[in-house]
Amino acid sequence: MSEPAVLISGLEMQYGDKRAVDGLSMQVHRGSITAVLGPNGAGKTTTLETCEGYRRPQAGTVRVLGLDPHRQRAALLPRIGVMLQAGGAWSGVRAMEMLDHIASLHAHPLDTVMLHDRLGLGDCGRTPYRRLSGGQQQRLGLAMALVGRPELVFVDEPTAGMDPQARRTTWELLEEIRGDGVTVVLTTHHMDEAERLADQIHIIDRGRLIASGSPTDLTSGGRSATIRLVVTRPFPDGAPESLRSALGPETEVTQLDDRSMLITGPADGGTLGTVSRWCEKHDVLPESLTLGRATLEDVFLRLTGRELVT
Amino acid sequence: MTNIDQGHRLIQRPVLERPEIVQTSLLRQSLSIARRNLIHIKRMPEMLLDVTIQPVIFVLLFAYVFGSSIAIETEAGYKAWLLGGIMAQTVAFSAFIVAVGLTADLDKGIVDRMRSLPINSAAVLVGRSMSSLLHSSIGLVVMSLTGLLIGWRIHTNVVDAALGYLLLLGWGFAMIWVGIWVGSAMRSVEAVNGVMFATMFPITFLANTFAPTDNMPTWLRTIAEWNPISSLTQAVRELWGNDQPLHADAALPLQHPVLATLIWIVVITAILAPLAIRTFNKRTAS
Repeated sequence: MSEPAVLISGLEMQYGDKRAVDGLSMQVHRGSITAVLGPNGAGKTTTLETCEGYRRPQAGTVRVLGLDPHRQRAALLPRIGVMLQAGGAWSGVRAMEMLDHIASLHAHPLDTVMLHDRLGLGDCGRTPYRRLSGGQQQRLGLAMALVGRPELVFVDEPTAGMDPQARRTTWELLEEIRGDGVTVVLTTHHMDEAERLADQIHIIDRGRLIASGSPTDLTSGGRSATIRLVVTRPFPDGAPESLRSALGPETEVTQLDDRSMLITGPADGGTLGTVSRWCEKHDVLPESLTLGRATLEDVFLRLTGRELVT
Repeated sequence: MTNIDQGHRLIQRPVLERPEIVQTSLLRQSLSIARRNLIHIKRMPEMLLDVTIQPVIFVLLFAYVFGSSIAIETEAGYKAWLLGGIMAQTVAFSAFIVAVGLTADLDKGIVDRMRSLPINSAAVLVGRSMSSLLHSSIGLVVMSLTGLLIGWRIHTNVVDAALGYLLLLGWGFAMIWVGIWVGSAMRSVEAVNGVMFATMFPITFLANTFAPTDNMPTWLRTIAEWNPISSLTQAVRELWGNDQPLHADAALPLQHPVLATLIWIVVITAILAPLAIRTFNKRTAS
């Protein structure tokens, strides 16, 4: 029906000789929560800052709500909300003062008292910013992003530094604003956050898009299984190939190091048996053999051959 | 179709019409940011030390330490003569206040936060200028009251008196650009302190602010009398009737101090404003 909320094509950004974003293309649908997932240094924040108009694309195009965020910044800014990763408030200011201040710079701000209460900042309105907990600072940051009634909010690592309770509250809040038709674009390096919250996930690694889809698409709808096999001494040469031929062509086998292997693919009652028979035949002793539904973590591992170390 | 007519209800229920979102005016934005700077002062009143305790201490120290050995041919003597100089110095130091405030804002990401809002990028600078002028005005009031206590009086008329204060504020305006320039160029508050102390102290002392220039060696006297701060000081003293008769061989700016000061304000602003804005834009674009 309408154009995408965010449209990035062929974006390249380079700092010195470090290529932060390397030909990235992706879309964000209106009214969705879209997670940009990737390890630290993958180019998430740079991409977001380009969408927010802080940086000019060195190559490629970026359109946000149909506008060029750099050249049409004045038209775009009233329609978006931005939650910065850190800072943006001076230490002595009280939480409510800061929110009122930001509200006063918008033409039609939301009622700050209501917003404040909804975000569970109720009893810290008079607390100086520097004495707010990490989670409270994040929630205040979110309130500042929402106070101008944006159509689209960019949130950078929304739950960094939050305790589990505060994370859940924040997730509920983001779901609630999606329910109100607001598009949410968030960056995260937490798999569980993306899996729980996002309608659409874009996995970024080294400045490139390596996978896109809903959490269910990416994990193959739960029909796929993941087996982690760790053995007591190094695998013989050619082990992944021989294991793959034992399990069938639809299975993917990735050797993680000389004593562990990741097996993903369709699973049935006989799969574990096949793996243990293969071990017996090749004279390796399983130290652990775990079976689970494929998670985003496994998807990332399969795509990059690396753990998502954060 | 745009999102505007989708009837967003952001958090509030039931359904709210989403008003057409427009930008607020530059004036409103600037006032808002100036107010924010004043709240900052309210939370940290020690920020006002530079325009309260410090000038008062300067007035008292200079008035009583130097006052006994420097003879000035005016009614109230050195004390009354001194006050114009101290005020000129304090107003010149407003560059310091602006630079420190701006560097701190840049450093803490507050300028970045402002840039994510639908406001004119000039509002940050205009707002800071407004609060800085108010800050300087507080200093002028405090020093005037201190002056009254130690025998300083304005001996002319209301118009000249007001013109004296206006010239001081005009000078404060020109200094804002110096502050924005230095504040945008320096990476830390410490660097700003270092640069400003190393330049502003010699500039404000190498003048007629605290001692008459008549007895200085010729080369020093020339520098001091052409120093813009001397024009400002001399102008204020003349307008308030605190000046002593000028030597016939005084430098040209001191012969016409009000005009010279106005020219300086225009020249400094004309050169430094574009430079300051360019440096600020460059800093925030990175």
